Amino acid sequence: MSERTPFHQQIATQPELAQRFGDLHPPLDTQAAIPESNRCLFCFDAPCTSACPTHIDVPRFIKKIATGNLSGSARTILDANILGASCARACPVEVLCEGACVMHRYNKQPIQIARLQRFAMDSFYESGAPLPFEPGAETGLSVALIGAGPASLACAAELRRRGIRAHLYDVRPLPGGLNTYGIAEYKLPLIESLREIEMLSQLGVDFHFETMIDAASLSELERKHDAVFLGVGLGGIHRLGIAGEELAGVTNALDLIAGYKSGELATVPARVVVVGAGNTAIDAAIAAVRLGATEVHIVYRRGPEQMSSFTFEYEHAKDEGVQFLWHVQPTGIRGDKSVDRLELTKLISTEDGSIVPQPGSEFSLATDLIVLSIGQSTHTTFLSEHGSEGAKVQLERGRILIDRSTGQTSNPKFFAGGDCTNGGREVVDAVADGKRAGIGIAAWLEAQHVQA
Amino acid sequence: MSKPKPTLETTFCGIKCLNPFWLASAPPTNCGEQIMRAFDAGWGGAVWKTIGEPITNVSSRYSSIDWEGRRMMGFNNIELISDRPIEINLQEIAEVKRRYPKHVVIASLMVESKRETWHDIVQRAEDAGADGLELNFGCPHGMSERGMGSAVGQVPEYCEQITAWVKEKARTPVIVKLTPNISDIRMPARAAKRGGADALSAINTINSITGIDLETLQPNPNVDGKSSHGGYCGPAVKPIALNMVQQVQSDPASTLPLSGIGGIGSWRDAAEFILLGCGTVQVCTAAMHYGYRIVEDMQDGLLAWMTEKGFATIDDFRGLSLPNVRDWKHLNLNYKIVARIHQNLCIGCQLCYTACWDGAHQCIHLDRTSPVPDTTLTPGMVEAEAARRISTTPIPKLDAGTLGRGSAVTPLERIPRVDEHHCVGCNLCALVCPVENCITMERIDNGLPSESWEERTAKGLVPPGAREVMSTNT
Repeated sequence: MSERTPFHQQIATQPELAQRFGDLHPPLDTQAAIPESNRCLFCFDAPCTSACPTHIDVPRFIKKIATGNLSGSARTILDANILGASCARACPVEVLCEGACVMHRYNKQPIQIARLQRFAMDSFYESGAPLPFEPGAETGLSVALIGAGPASLACAAELRRRGIRAHLYDVRPLPGGLNTYGIAEYKLPLIESLREIEMLSQLGVDFHFETMIDAASLSELERKHDAVFLGVGLGGIHRLGIAGEELAGVTNALDLIAGYKSGELATVPARVVVVGAGNTAIDAAIAAVRLGATEVHIVYRRGPEQMSSFTFEYEHAKDEGVQFLWHVQPTGIRGDKSVDRLELTKLISTEDGSIVPQPGSEFSLATDLIVLSIGQSTHTTFLSEHGSEGAKVQLERGRILIDRSTGQTSNPKFFAGGDCTNGGREVVDAVADGKRAGIGIAAWLEAQHVQA
Repeated sequence: MSKPKPTLETTFCGIKCLNPFWLASAPPTNCGEQIMRAFDAGWGGAVWKTIGEPITNVSSRYSSIDWEGRRMMGFNNIELISDRPIEINLQEIAEVKRRYPKHVVIASLMVESKRETWHDIVQRAEDAGADGLELNFGCPHGMSERGMGSAVGQVPEYCEQITAWVKEKARTPVIVKLTPNISDIRMPARAAKRGGADALSAINTINSITGIDLETLQPNPNVDGKSSHGGYCGPAVKPIALNMVQQVQSDPASTLPLSGIGGIGSWRDAAEFILLGCGTVQVCTAAMHYGYRIVEDMQDGLLAWMTEKGFATIDDFRGLSLPNVRDWKHLNLNYKIVARIHQNLCIGCQLCYTACWDGAHQCIHLDRTSPVPDTTLTPGMVEAEAARRISTTPIPKLDAGTLGRGSAVTPLERIPRVDEHHCVGCNLCALVCPVENCITMERIDNGLPSESWEERTAKGLVPPGAREVMSTNT
């Protein structure tokens, strides 16, 4: 383990990427952070803390910035959220802590919680201090965690702090899942995700990369370990199911984002169409702009009021020059060897509320790249061995059913959290799930132990 | 009826003043060039940086206390009196008075405690044209180690003696500047009055160590790794100064025309000092922080307030608040107020709740949504309940209705309730509440007549043991 090159040193620096995807929210300096931290009222049972899925004690970490106790501030953050640095940058705080800030209620700007959190975490990294937690005394117990995304990482941290071994399995060569590969670079650079995971791994986490877990190997892990945590996220992005989708020049938002973040994709062609209007679609559209596209469209079946992206993301996309086409549906993709047109038809609402194509409204959009972002499938087939015995855990519409407070599935030895249980939310939701599951697993194992 | 157009012109112990705003004896009055610029900015008078045998200063000299990101809430100095030759200072006094005959120039003086030496400096200052003299019996650092400054002010007999020597010679009004570094400021004030002083000024700076550098373990201000206690001033000292001003002005044996000093930076501060009996006010720290220009609003604001209140002159409101400061034993024990939280203004920070539970009388509760009042829920129980709550990021499509709820209106369960029956009316909740007028203290008519401790004792309603511990306070 100790010989391993730190994760964030395993990737090449990409100056051009850093320049194109500069910080959306620049860091605060000390002179700005101190007055901002003093502006915090230090609410009791603070709404920001309640709104945070991981319940970071926000007023506490902010007051520690005010007193200059920066290591204590970082410890307060990490104690509640082991990916506190990532979340400081990636969280949609407008609908979380900052949205809940009481300052809104008397016409004041909310406290800049995210930037203060980043200030505390950046200061902590700069100090070079180790992770402020020790692994617990070894219990001899071990847990297999499938997927090395935020849910599994948070779960692993809780397990390690309780002396339980954590073996993480992931198909990718580096840890972090969508935290590493799926967040817009101007919010969370890939290297920052890796830096944070490197710190977390000081707790002694066992990583197994480029390892695909199938039904057989899952059963093997179930036998070898005392519990299994499923943090597998969601599967691939849905296909449209229309003609021409196999042409070169059709991709999906997650591949586009992972591609440019990892340096495999340096530019995009001039004309790009993104299909879908969720937060991922917005990230992909803005990425296309930053990667050199001159004309970026988002096409969506419904209107702006039904889009699933946050309002501030929509505003951001418009600011970047992304154009929106509402109430349209792709009907075909045309092109010789690669894409050159997307055929669309307008949709109208019927009396019963459904939407149907409007006859004669067909038109097409010239494009060089089509990026699909119409939701992810689930990949839970590996949960049933040979497809005959039925799934190991109970599912509902592809999601793994869990007890929200412990992460336990219908199968007591299996726990789960993150996108595979909530249908796809934020990093912070996955961290919260993983944290609760880690505590839940430890409590369950302890109870088993007492009984045995 | 139109209100009279007020004037700031006033007379202080016989000295005619364009306005009551003087610069205190300090770095802003170090030389004639500065004082003339100050007069141009609107200052009515200046007390010259203390004149005496030139001293040698150290560097550095100042340090300060910042408060939650704002600079210089309190200010500290270890600078001594003027480091310029006496003759230069006196020449410049003459020059200033020649060019600004209507402005007040007071010569602050400090020399060794010898009758002849005092006679000599008094004569020279007055010959130069000073409108009055201020005897610096207050400087708490450096000079006191040499038997001057507060070393004089702290011993009433010295204070009286030197004042008397000065009065033997002086033809202009003599103002004695008092040190606050004494257990009862009335003692030196009475001594100065016995010595024949025409006026007093108070307070000088307060002995202080502003802080220790936690890296180097050196106190501030740092002079080659060491420091020395300094004199504290600025906004932080105003309440202490107001109290001492009131003590002097309420004591017949002390009371004289008084020039108020201590944390004054605005017309509001000035008005408060005047309401406690001051005839002029002196400013230093605020001018060192923001420059002479602050006097513009001091004049403008005070005139506006006087117009609103119907006061034509400074004397019209001077001392009006003095009768409202009484001994505790005269306060009405039957006056009853309780806190009232105005729901429409409450932002749900719950600072009043935690303050009342931990710092007051446990009579604010979070039970508005409970069917019956619940005074048993402790802060610990509230926090434990909150920790168990599961929150998720709301997604516009899936969680319609939850978005933005947090920011618009305060949920009822976050608005604390005051148990008025147990509220003692201490003010703490209203003081910590960040929203203006959200918590008001409302009078409860308990039907009881006014009754003070003194009256209650006189009626024999107080057990003998509770009356007085020691009777030394006269």
